[in-house]
Amino acid sequence: METDKTELSAWEAETVRNTVRLGFWTFAWVLSLAIATFGPMFIWESGTLFSVLAIAVNLVFGVGMILANKRHLQGLDEMQRKVQLEAMALSLGVGLITGLAFSTVDIVNLINFDAEISHMVILMSITYAISLAFNRRKYQ
Amino acid sequence: MKNSLKVLRAERDWTQAQLAKELDVSRQTINAIEKGKFDPSLPLAFKAARLFGLSIEEIFVDGE
Repeated sequence: METDKTELSAWEAETVRNTVRLGFWTFAWVLSLAIATFGPMFIWESGTLFSVLAIAVNLVFGVGMILANKRHLQGLDEMQRKVQLEAMALSLGVGLITGLAFSTVDIVNLINFDAEISHMVILMSITYAISLAFNRRKYQ
Repeated sequence: MKNSLKVLRAERDWTQAQLAKELDVSRQTINAIEKGKFDPSLPLAFKAARLFGLSIEEIFVDGE
């Protein structure tokens, strides 16, 4: 079997395409979120049609990102998919459990600041990154 | 699950990357299977068996 090391197989090429596609949709979603958030402060006045449109565009890009992520996952090989799904499951569980607990301590006034959704997103992202690194190491 | 993937690959003088390309998986996955850290699915095991011209039982052996 003589295979050129530099030449990508069809599966590898498809994985690269799926990753690039996911990167594009993620970038578009983050950018549209920034525009929807900061637009009313710096570009247009709040409560206008522009805000509605910006949020609608953000939602559309969000759907695109979800579909791109699904396609990316389906394109991975079975071990890569297992690693990703385990990291996602853990970050979802941690986000749900600690997010609701965090919200509750805010409601019953155990903390003197507001529980923001961004805190949960940061926690989920950190959990996902750590879990991914741990799982990759586990199968090395 | 034990397997003789590494031996079969060495007999043919194939690298992990070459075998990975033939089986449409990553090199890391081949490495994990060879080390017994990851058990392949039935379709992947069949694919490997077809590639080496052997039966699944001749490559993969049940047991810790």
